[in-house]
Amino acid sequence: MRAQRFQDALFHQTTRFFAFSVLAILVAILGSLLYGAWPAIKEFGFGFPFSAEWNPVTDKFGGLISVYGTLSTSVIALVVAIPVSFGIAVFLTELCPPVLRSPLGVAVELLAAVPSIIYGMWGLFVFAPLFADYVQPALSATLGNIPFVGTLFQGPKNGIGVLSAGLILAVMVIPFIASVMRDVFEVVPGILKESAYGLGATTWEVVWNVVLPYTRVGVIGGVMLGLGRALGETMAVTFVIGNAHRISPSLYEAGNSIASTLANEFAEAASDLHVASLIALGLILFFVTFVVLALSKLLLMRLGRMEGEKT
Amino acid sequence: MQGFVRACSFVVALGGAAVVQAADITGAGATFPYPIYSKWAEIYKAKTNVGLNYQSIGSGGGIKQIKAKTVDFGASDMPLKAEELEKDGLVQFPAVIGGVVPVVNLDGVAPGAMKMTGAVLADIYLGKIKKWNDPAIVALNTGVKLPDENITVVRRADGSGTTFLFTNYLSKVNAEWKDKVGMGTAVQWPEGVGGKGNEGVASYVQRIKGGIGYVEYAYAKKNKMIHLSLKNKAGEYVQPDDLTFQAAAAYAEWNKVPGFGEILTEQPGKTSWPITGASFVLMHKVQADAVKGGEVLKFFDWAFKNGQKTAEDLDYVALPATLVKQIDVAWRSGLKDASGHPVWK
Repeated sequence: MRAQRFQDALFHQTTRFFAFSVLAILVAILGSLLYGAWPAIKEFGFGFPFSAEWNPVTDKFGGLISVYGTLSTSVIALVVAIPVSFGIAVFLTELCPPVLRSPLGVAVELLAAVPSIIYGMWGLFVFAPLFADYVQPALSATLGNIPFVGTLFQGPKNGIGVLSAGLILAVMVIPFIASVMRDVFEVVPGILKESAYGLGATTWEVVWNVVLPYTRVGVIGGVMLGLGRALGETMAVTFVIGNAHRISPSLYEAGNSIASTLANEFAEAASDLHVASLIALGLILFFVTFVVLALSKLLLMRLGRMEGEKT
Repeated sequence: MQGFVRACSFVVALGGAAVVQAADITGAGATFPYPIYSKWAEIYKAKTNVGLNYQSIGSGGGIKQIKAKTVDFGASDMPLKAEELEKDGLVQFPAVIGGVVPVVNLDGVAPGAMKMTGAVLADIYLGKIKKWNDPAIVALNTGVKLPDENITVVRRADGSGTTFLFTNYLSKVNAEWKDKVGMGTAVQWPEGVGGKGNEGVASYVQRIKGGIGYVEYAYAKKNKMIHLSLKNKAGEYVQPDDLTFQAAAAYAEWNKVPGFGEILTEQPGKTSWPITGASFVLMHKVQADAVKGGEVLKFFDWAFKNGQKTAEDLDYVALPATLVKQIDVAWRSGLKDASGHPVWK
């Protein structure tokens, strides 16, 4: 009896230790990032994230270019990935013949399992040349003529740049978003959908007015999961973004994301300030990811409360 | 029981391996000399049973590791300045010589057929010359048909000794480059896209029509890239090969700079390739473990005297014999054990 109680207590303590160790590691990482970035914070102050300077020769650094690259590639990825994933999920759950359902589903999940370096190499060796020869000229000739937006699609057509990186990221996050969407669409009770169909609703109306409101929380969760991956993705972006410290109005131009800057420059950063600035970039990425996660949690909580009020 | 015995013998075997490993020398640093160091190490190990564990983590990393004393020697493509060597108590000597080669992707141009000067090359990298049929390029290449194509500048995204040599050269030949950009293992590039490593630059240039980049000679040769011939200080157009690299090394006054920190760009001499450079080895002046330090010196001594053929096979250039003698002298006076006795006798 006593032995059992002891066992219980031991088990309780052990699991608690494990759970708290996660928190401890998080705090330790944050602490070491702050410590490592301190020289850069001291030198450049809080203007660091807003300065477009990145000059290893004169030891002047700022994070704006990398932050811009990270955000712009992630936004492009989501703009492309959300509609496509939605289409995949709707087809798989509502329209697909049962024979195709599981092979297609497995294919989507396999796409998520491909290591990111493979996407990078595929992006550089296969995607970029095709993109440069066929897609970029076509985009320039069509979207490029729209006033204001047009400049985004003008520039050197060599298949390497912010737009290419964003599209590769889209391919990488689609399986994540699509499989989450499919899973949550599947749990919609059949009776709800059947009632809607019974009232004469079209498939689109059922998906838009019944399935989507019912699964809103899960869908947003899937999108955030994809965004999380896009923000931190390193190798695939490094291969195709062009790695230039420059902000340009054109999406065809080369840029740099936080992760690609770190991957490229960390090993060979010569001065202490360069290293500190790179760690400061890491800190910014940490915060951006944290804010995105926090916002999505907040959004989900508010949505949950609104649902509660309605019913 | 049997399993236990087997496990024990496995542990013993591991321990044994660790003992053998302990005799190995360790080094870390530049990626550029990695192929030749590992080839030398392989032959040397077969002869002496002393192995070399070299990690090609980059020049910056090599300098950090030797300062932290985690390795027996560090390797850097960029020579450290005399003050820095003094401050950290380091000895520096060159180990192997190589060259940096500008490469292009242009249809109908044979390797080495197109001529280039350093000043024009710098203008291209400054973004002032944007087309291949720019008058400045055409003037150097009468008879070569140059297309009306945009130039895409390709350079390294990571910090690199190759970049150091290249920007050092551009700074010497173009005042505007020196003012605006300067030199270093990484600089603020006014133009272009960045590839990671020599192979990254090589693959970007091969993929982008109208691209121009710079890579180590071995990469240009291995990938059969279209290289340019460059005008050297004596005003002659030269092709990159072991002879022109050697010529540049021969003109260098190695003794003048402490730690042999000579940068071989833009050297005099009719046959000198203008972007040549040595890769350097760094060791502590005071060797706490004199036996280990001695092993490192023995390895490089062997490589200098017997490794030339291997170096040539891999498109590196071995050090000239006069330089090897000077290094030998420097070892005798520069490296001491903890009690002040010379390590190299």
